[in-house]
Amino acid sequence: MSDIPIRSSLDPAVRLLSRAGLAALAPIAAVLFALGVSALLLQLNGFHAADVVNVMVLGAVSDKRSIAEVLLKATPLILIGVGLCVAFRCSIWNIGAEGQLYAGASAATACGVNFGALPAWLHIVLILVAGSVAGAAWGALAGLLRVYFRASEVVTTIMLNYIAIILTSYLVTGPLKDPAASYPQSAKLARDLWLPRFLPPTRLHVGILIALAAAVAAYVFLFRSSAGYAVRVVGLNPSAAAYAGISVARNVLLAIAISGGLAGLAGAIEIAGVNYRLYQDISPGYGFEGIAVALLANNNPLAAVASGVLFAVLRSGSELMQISAQVPQVLVFVIQGLCILSVAAFSAFRRRGPRPAG
Amino acid sequence: MSVPSAPILQMENISKRFGRVAANAAASIEVGEGEIFALVGENGAGKSVLMSILCGVLRPDAGRILFKGQPLKLGSPLEATRHRIGMVHQHFMLAPNLTVAENYVLCQGSPLRPLWRTTDVAGRIAELSRRYGLEVRPDAFVRDLSVGERQRVEILRILFQGAELIVLDEPTAVLTPGETDRLLKLLRELARDRKTVIFISHKLDEVMRVSDRVSVMRDGRVVFSASTRDTNPRELARQMVGRDVPTDLPARAASPGQVVFSVENLHCRNDLGLPAVRGVSFVIRQGEIIGVAGVSGNGQSELARALAGLIPATEGTIRLNGEEISGLSSHAINRRPIAHIPEDCAANGVVPQLPLTENAILQRYDRAPFATLGLLNVRAIESHTQALVEKFHVRTDGIHAPIQSLSGGNQQKFVVARELARHPDFLIVNQLTRGIDIGASELVMQAILEQRNLNKAILLISTELEELFALCDRILVMYDGRLVGELPPDRGRLEELGLLMTGEAIEARRLREAVAGAVSGDATQ
Repeated sequence: MSDIPIRSSLDPAVRLLSRAGLAALAPIAAVLFALGVSALLLQLNGFHAADVVNVMVLGAVSDKRSIAEVLLKATPLILIGVGLCVAFRCSIWNIGAEGQLYAGASAATACGVNFGALPAWLHIVLILVAGSVAGAAWGALAGLLRVYFRASEVVTTIMLNYIAIILTSYLVTGPLKDPAASYPQSAKLARDLWLPRFLPPTRLHVGILIALAAAVAAYVFLFRSSAGYAVRVVGLNPSAAAYAGISVARNVLLAIAISGGLAGLAGAIEIAGVNYRLYQDISPGYGFEGIAVALLANNNPLAAVASGVLFAVLRSGSELMQISAQVPQVLVFVIQGLCILSVAAFSAFRRRGPRPAG
Repeated sequence: MSVPSAPILQMENISKRFGRVAANAAASIEVGEGEIFALVGENGAGKSVLMSILCGVLRPDAGRILFKGQPLKLGSPLEATRHRIGMVHQHFMLAPNLTVAENYVLCQGSPLRPLWRTTDVAGRIAELSRRYGLEVRPDAFVRDLSVGERQRVEILRILFQGAELIVLDEPTAVLTPGETDRLLKLLRELARDRKTVIFISHKLDEVMRVSDRVSVMRDGRVVFSASTRDTNPRELARQMVGRDVPTDLPARAASPGQVVFSVENLHCRNDLGLPAVRGVSFVIRQGEIIGVAGVSGNGQSELARALAGLIPATEGTIRLNGEEISGLSSHAINRRPIAHIPEDCAANGVVPQLPLTENAILQRYDRAPFATLGLLNVRAIESHTQALVEKFHVRTDGIHAPIQSLSGGNQQKFVVARELARHPDFLIVNQLTRGIDIGASELVMQAILEQRNLNKAILLISTELEELFALCDRILVMYDGRLVGELPPDRGRLEELGLLMTGEAIEARRLREAVAGAVSGDATQ
């Protein structure tokens, strides 16, 4: 499961299809299983399961506007999930995407409210690049701590989350505060810096296309490029990597910087595409949900697109459920948790492949 | 010895499939009580699978097991332990971050086990280790022990659990001749205690020396069973391979040329920061194979790792083709014409979960022809892998199978093939044939000799003296981080080699000198 093997020259299309089919089957079965259990759970809690699922799924994808809202939510989830696929493939347990998102959002805002003299398109590029670089740097910080001081990145990334979130609070109450506003928030980005929308009248903007491109790029990087190969080797067997002259430290840094960079980009896109200004709780936990997105996708960036959308549906649906079916949001979290658990269980089941004879 | 009275164990028509591969196909064996039973066969013949079924690790698809006349159905290794069946696996089942005593506690099925005091356990370990002459330090951390020491810990653990049927999976693969002798003696003692021993091996001389009966497995079947005294190594080898085995290797045709590789006064430390290599110097010329013999844990691993740039030399110089390479990173060294067949290939030489294709390019993943403009060149990688597999007869489900689906011997063949394909001037080999069968050994040994005849320089670190005698031009003996002697590959000097390896030669000389000093001191008084 953990390996997307190099494609055979023999009948590549057929092979790829059957492989992809098999690989996709388990997570899909797992999600269906989880939804089944969820329905049961809802029923036991006195809700009419069919109605609830109806509201949740159909409500989330019933018309153009709600589909656009789902994709809007999916954009940061996909970006973060894709980045975490890279980190997890390198066995770097980056729990800090949330902080990296804040770092990216802050840097993007700082660039957005300054440099007004630049042409708009260049300014937008600068905003996105600044967000990515800040996220990458925030991630690389944890990477450096791990490489030079053997500090567990699980601990350091979690702690860096708090630092990034508090730094953002400081920025919007201090240096970046909009002098005209009484709330702790930054000034609004100029209108020509907003990411172009392409499905009027919805809010859907080009961020989703960037996320899709990132997923494809990350897939090519991991499974078709030399650099990505090195990242995977380090993740699977650092000892063999060292013997082969593949630097463990360099690849650890690269993997966490890529994952931080994509989280930072997600933050920048939230600023330039959705909120247009920075405030304290800019992320409703996308950084943590991204971990689930990557896990559900089995650390495959292409599958992360699908799992990102699924989590966005659950998220949108949860709002609708609360409103129209009065289902408490905690139950939606339970459903999300069930999805992850059953995917983990199904993939463990599938991992029992042939053993070596001898 | 004598033909067994009543069989204590009967395994009848055991079958086990893994996907398309039949690991066991109606295999049957019968073992008498107090008997030493040898199970031989090539890698992938199904010996380990059959024994894993016996020990409850795997469940058979078909067939039945009778133990002490009763049908035996095991769900887990713990149940096997309860039936007093114990197994020493080829890959040790020890937790490296615990001490020996803690490992023993860990292996108990008792629910009270968290309450056990390791000091009590340590006492029992010490007692057992005295009784069987197996040296084990209860308070040592397993991660600090050499492979040979870990095995002693494993064997003693089985005895500690009170096993009556003891299965050993290639126990002598990691031992020196002296240790092997001791182990074989131990097996005899166990048999005298009415314990039953099954040992898996492909060292036919040991099988002949110690076993009462022997069965040969091939392709998942038991193809031959006999009393050991009624058979001979040649017949066993033929049964294992299914054809006659040529026993001779290509003749030595080498006349050493210019110096390829030299090491001067090398010092380096082990993972604990203690001096492990303490002033080693040697040169290797073109067309020369230099062996390093020694009991494992005397600095050979660190020597190999230092030469490969994996640990820094604290002192001394290493030169390749005249260029100083000490201080270079492993990455830089891998770009020079050096190849390395590391110790414990499954851990250090391959990435188990990745397919053969991706393991074939481990050092050359970012270079032509396997990469163009940073992207992997699938076609080149596949054809290269295919060539490696064919050249070394690697038995596999295909080049896209994960390498962990191969048996140990086939993984080793694959690593040897990969390293030789890098066309190195200098080759470091740490344990060439450990744990691999006759057919595979023969193949890799021949490949190494071919390299020598192609004027390559080769350093062969090994605990297998047979391998050193068969391949080397000179044998250096390593003891306690130093090279303590050099011998020609002359089997007549085996005893001398053994003395050097265990440091007894040095101790004896020191003693002689001390005595001589005392005597002369007396004389002058």
